[in-house]
Amino acid sequence: MTDTRADFEGAVCPVPLSHKDQIVIGHGSGGKMTHDLIKGVFHSRLSNPALLAGNDAATLTLPPGARLEGRLAISTDSHIVSPLFFPGGDIGRLAVSGTVNDVCTSGAIPLFLTAGFILEEGLPVETLERVAQSMADTAAEAGVEVVAGDTKVVEKGKADGLFINTAGVGWIPAGREIGGELARPGDVILLSGPIGDHGIAVLAARGQLGLETNIQSDVAPLNGLIHSLLAAAPHTHVLRDPTRGGLATTLNEIAVQSNVCLWLEEAAVPVRPEVRAVCELLGFDPLYIANEGKLVAVVPPEEADAALAAMRSHPLGNQAVQVGEVRADPQRRALLHTSIGGTRVLDMLAGEMLPRIC
Amino acid sequence: MIYIDEFRDARLVRSVAEEIRRSVTRPWVIMEICGGQTHAILQHGLDQLLPPEIELVHGPGCPVCVTSLELIDKAIAIASRPDVIFTSFGDMLRVPGSRGDLFSVRASGRQVRVVYSPLDAVKIAQENPDKQVVFFAIGFETTAPPNAMSVIQAKALGLQNFSLLVSHVCVPPAMHAILSSPTNRVQGFLAAGHVCTVMGYWEYVPIAQQYRVPIVVTGFEPLDLLQGVLSCVRLLEAGESTVENAYPRAVTYEGNLAAQALIQRVFRPVDRNWRGIGPIAMSGLGLREEFAFYDAERRFDVGDIKTQESTVCIAGQVLQGVKKPPQCPAFGSLCTPENPLGATMVSSEGACAAYYRYART
Repeated sequence: MTDTRADFEGAVCPVPLSHKDQIVIGHGSGGKMTHDLIKGVFHSRLSNPALLAGNDAATLTLPPGARLEGRLAISTDSHIVSPLFFPGGDIGRLAVSGTVNDVCTSGAIPLFLTAGFILEEGLPVETLERVAQSMADTAAEAGVEVVAGDTKVVEKGKADGLFINTAGVGWIPAGREIGGELARPGDVILLSGPIGDHGIAVLAARGQLGLETNIQSDVAPLNGLIHSLLAAAPHTHVLRDPTRGGLATTLNEIAVQSNVCLWLEEAAVPVRPEVRAVCELLGFDPLYIANEGKLVAVVPPEEADAALAAMRSHPLGNQAVQVGEVRADPQRRALLHTSIGGTRVLDMLAGEMLPRIC
Repeated sequence: MIYIDEFRDARLVRSVAEEIRRSVTRPWVIMEICGGQTHAILQHGLDQLLPPEIELVHGPGCPVCVTSLELIDKAIAIASRPDVIFTSFGDMLRVPGSRGDLFSVRASGRQVRVVYSPLDAVKIAQENPDKQVVFFAIGFETTAPPNAMSVIQAKALGLQNFSLLVSHVCVPPAMHAILSSPTNRVQGFLAAGHVCTVMGYWEYVPIAQQYRVPIVVTGFEPLDLLQGVLSCVRLLEAGESTVENAYPRAVTYEGNLAAQALIQRVFRPVDRNWRGIGPIAMSGLGLREEFAFYDAERRFDVGDIKTQESTVCIAGQVLQGVKKPPQCPAFGSLCTPENPLGATMVSSEGACAAYYRYART
């Protein structure tokens, strides 16, 4: 507050600094600094009546036509990513998309989100503003509102800049049954586009590999794509977004939940050449790399063509392909038919993925 | 992708597999030395394309797997010191020592960092003059030149706080050990293409002659591997014990002379204890006296190390090609990648990990 001080001559009581530029412990006090931060950074961007009401809980109006029919879906997800900004996205877009995708892959129409922020002392407020703006933009893209939030500050060194937890609520219209346990032998497995973009984009952005790439993260809310898909294929059995652990892990989860075998054709799985090149160099398998804007859909064979056409007509699914099928198998596993004609188990990722030595 | 797609061409791969079927008249046991080759074989399902006469056994060419328990325990002891930043290739962090692994050292608050090159460790040493930076120099002849270069750089920079915990091993002594073992079943070898890129294949000519075995320098893509098998089968069927190069796009007879000179300058042959196999004379590389200052084993007195191997793990027999991973009673039950009893279950080059990931039935 140098401008305030300039009004006085000589020695005066020290006026507290305003700390408008970076996060300090006081921003988590719950007092005026907290309120100013919330008002300045969040309310100005994520504005809606429920949030602006300023109560401890948001009270929400049911969507038109809900009339207590159908079910509610609720999900929560904590987001940590380093760096906070990476090619194709940032932690804000990730925090909104991640929870929107968890909600909408249950078949729900996502409606409302909450956001909890853990800020590390010293975080530039400008960074927080950029993240909040990105959350607002992504929420608008997904058609959801952030209606409640919380902010805590931890001491320098106790967090990596900024962590965001988001929770989301969505409405599942009556009659819609989608779940990981519903895959049936004969179903077709569809994938909305090339895999591995997010994981490799973030890895490259960390700058430890000495690699320069143009790979952009695919982070995006998938509810629009799912809306198009379900309009064309209303009897879709399973929807999943293959995030951490990649496509291989997602297929294993479905196999176990549904007591079936998921059969994947290696040659059919799209991977961008840049992503493949990085994976070849480091000894990674793209099937285990994280995605944040891809959709796996397991649909009955009679709706497969319509589902694929609908996915391809949406910008986020224009490279959608059939990558495999569901088979009966008491062993509940994913099998990979390799490009050269062999067949092998496609296991879940065990532990941390580590680059090879030579 | 150039150099990848053409070597994974399904039609070409099948035609080479067919050629192998036509060439083989009786059973042969062929060892691929490198763990990277083992993984590629199982990852692509190449073993399923081979005729039943060909048995592939998996060799000791997994640097993480053969690093002795004593050295891993030493690494853990050094990494546990508050004045140390311990740096390593990622694979090494999960390898079980007698009590815990490097990941658990990191979880308990010590500084253990994954680096992608030993030169990154040199940089960390420059940036942290108040810390001792130790790099875990493991691997075969492939990783020896960059590790040698890190010492030369550290010396040129006058760094006092950089050192190597050296665990280098060499392929030819291991081949001698396997071939002179009374339980040996191996009749032909696929030599590791990466190692030969550095060392050439002149070293293998006397081995082929002494033990009357064919040795084929082999790459890592499906077509490379089958081409290596085909060459080896043809040599076996013809009764020839020569060395052939089936990886000529990367390997020459002499190898990379500049890299070999670098190894020579910094390292000297030393006896080395191979995990699961035992001591092999002159089978490793240690720092020359001129570079002894950079030897972490001399710099840090970690006291007496009492090692304790798992009693059920059969990694040694797996590494010598005597047994296959599924023959281990602990495979897939007591021993998994999340809870490994031996290093062969950890590494992306370990045979047990390859079987667990790709070939469980």
